[in-house]
Amino acid sequence: MSEVREPATDAGIPVREVYTEHDLASGLAERLGEPGRPPFTRGPYPTMYRGRMWTMRQFAGFGSPEEANERFHFLLQRGQTALSVAFDLPTQLGYDSDHPAARAEVGRVGVAIDTADDMVDLFDGLPLDQVSVNFTINATAPIILAMYLVAAERQGVAEESLAGTLQNDILKEFLARKTFVFPPEPSMRLSCDVIEFASGRLPRFNPISITGYHAREAGCDAIQELALTLASAIAYSDALVARGLDFDSFAPRLSFHFATTMDLFEEVAKLRAARRMWARIAADRFGAGDVNSGRLRFFSGNSGTTLTAQQPLNNIVRSTIQCLGAVLGGAQSIHVMGYDEAYEIPSEEAVTLSLRTQQIVALESGVPRTVDPLGGSYYVEALTDEIEARAGEVLDEIEALGGAVAALEQGVSQRWVAASAYRIEREIADGTRPRVGVNVHVDPNEDAAAMPELFSLDPSIAERQVARMAERVAARDGSACAAASAAVEAAARGGDNVMPPLIDAVRAGATLGELSDVFRVVFGEFREPHPW
Amino acid sequence: MSPRIVLAKPGLDGHDRGIKVIAMALRDAGAEVIYLGLRRTVPEIVAAALEDDADVIGISVLSGAHLALADDLLRALAAEGVDVPVAVGGTIPEADVAVLRRSGVAAVYPVGTGLHEVVNGVLALAARAEVRP
Repeated sequence: MSEVREPATDAGIPVREVYTEHDLASGLAERLGEPGRPPFTRGPYPTMYRGRMWTMRQFAGFGSPEEANERFHFLLQRGQTALSVAFDLPTQLGYDSDHPAARAEVGRVGVAIDTADDMVDLFDGLPLDQVSVNFTINATAPIILAMYLVAAERQGVAEESLAGTLQNDILKEFLARKTFVFPPEPSMRLSCDVIEFASGRLPRFNPISITGYHAREAGCDAIQELALTLASAIAYSDALVARGLDFDSFAPRLSFHFATTMDLFEEVAKLRAARRMWARIAADRFGAGDVNSGRLRFFSGNSGTTLTAQQPLNNIVRSTIQCLGAVLGGAQSIHVMGYDEAYEIPSEEAVTLSLRTQQIVALESGVPRTVDPLGGSYYVEALTDEIEARAGEVLDEIEALGGAVAALEQGVSQRWVAASAYRIEREIADGTRPRVGVNVHVDPNEDAAAMPELFSLDPSIAERQVARMAERVAARDGSACAAASAAVEAAARGGDNVMPPLIDAVRAGATLGELSDVFRVVFGEFREPHPW
Repeated sequence: MSPRIVLAKPGLDGHDRGIKVIAMALRDAGAEVIYLGLRRTVPEIVAAALEDDADVIGISVLSGAHLALADDLLRALAAEGVDVPVAVGGTIPEADVAVLRRSGVAAVYPVGTGLHEVVNGVLALAARAEVRP
């Protein structure tokens, strides 16, 4: 009949029937180390979840700042322990809500932010010295950080007490997520301005989350995800060191973001290998003197692309397995996907279930009771070693191309991702990659009308947001605002860090679109090369 | 002659995994695929369809803005007198599938549609377009 396929992991690593001590190279104890000690294979902290549970951080935001604020309160009341802000596409791409390109998109995939006042409203009733906040923002990250600092200032909260993460990883935007605005070189400069600024002033804040998640969601495998992420981390570190910064001055605040998908043990092995590889890169390549520089901390987002439109309740089970993988892999914070993600942004019911999934794994499964419970498993250790070796080879290939930025400019990394995505889709189509409810155990009577109640967006949001912005623009001191924006332009044209003048400009009422236009004029806009 | 398919991402959405997979699959099925890329405006899509003599235009939207964007495209095509069938893919709720079909979209492929179904459907639209008088 059909050909017998050799069992292999999702990334194509052949898997034996059974693993024994003979499958492990010698020197395991050195490769593992103690938890909380280099090379951190077993976890970044000695006590892991016994000392502190992971942060439950559901990505949320839609509509105007009021609607998003309401969802934040909703999540915190249900036991979420931190916030993660989703921005709408105009905000991510540097357009105000009244821009013609924004028309159909205001408040749709996240909250609309035009002014610092919007940021103040977004965090109304949420004390920023007590709740840590993650911002999924990249091309316009410096402007959003400036607005956040002004919002904290209005609350009377000191900068030093702000905790959270700014995604600020522009390289993966060119690779996979695609909300780039400016060309790669000035984009890298803006990312590094943020990191340099924050390293001096925001001791509890992660100014970047170096992300493999989106490349994975765009189709690459676990090995490529790991290599691409580390290649980016090297590129940012090289750029900061080239500015004359000491690696140890910024490396402890670098944070990471990986996907956790369905192949449970491969994902756990990938996350363990990631820590070991970064610890070695920090020590060997950058000569880290501070142990914290090589301590890889990461956020895990579960995978939306593994979820199916068919039989959507099955997605709750998929998400539970992925949440478990993130915990067994030693995540510091976790987002669990909504089971209705294939249709819309999650409904209140779906997002509550995602949070409950995390709470059940945390409080009922017993998994967090001990550090790295899979450590020493013949299979998981062999996989960890194998993924490290294979990701190291991909990393060498990227280095040979000239590093992460050069590989992107040549379109090589993008082609890897697209080719892998196409392979996966063909495997789903021909049935060799099982998807329950899609190509196996299909329900012929599935009734589309019986789908879950979906989230729906209030259609008047764009209109209200545009009116609110107009009011605020009318109320500001126009000449002070123009002077502050001119200072941003001067910094952008010269070499000074853009953050200090940006903070002044948003405090004076400059909008996100206006400040993005300043950067557009100075830096130009990037147009993606053809993918083939 | 091989069918000519113009594919594009209108609006601001950057999710291009799906449309690239469809582009590769259509190409492997013998179509000539002109992929315009991200953040294409409606006038750019219409111009490309005319210039490349498209048999089908395919757009993909995963931000939820599909109704407005499809409507803009259909109006612009009608205004230019361009009679090319439009296929729309993306995160499209069941209720919106009917809305899109009523407004004149020739085929709708919500998330979850199988690869073969999309490829065969687009090629069938192209075949119909080719026999137009």
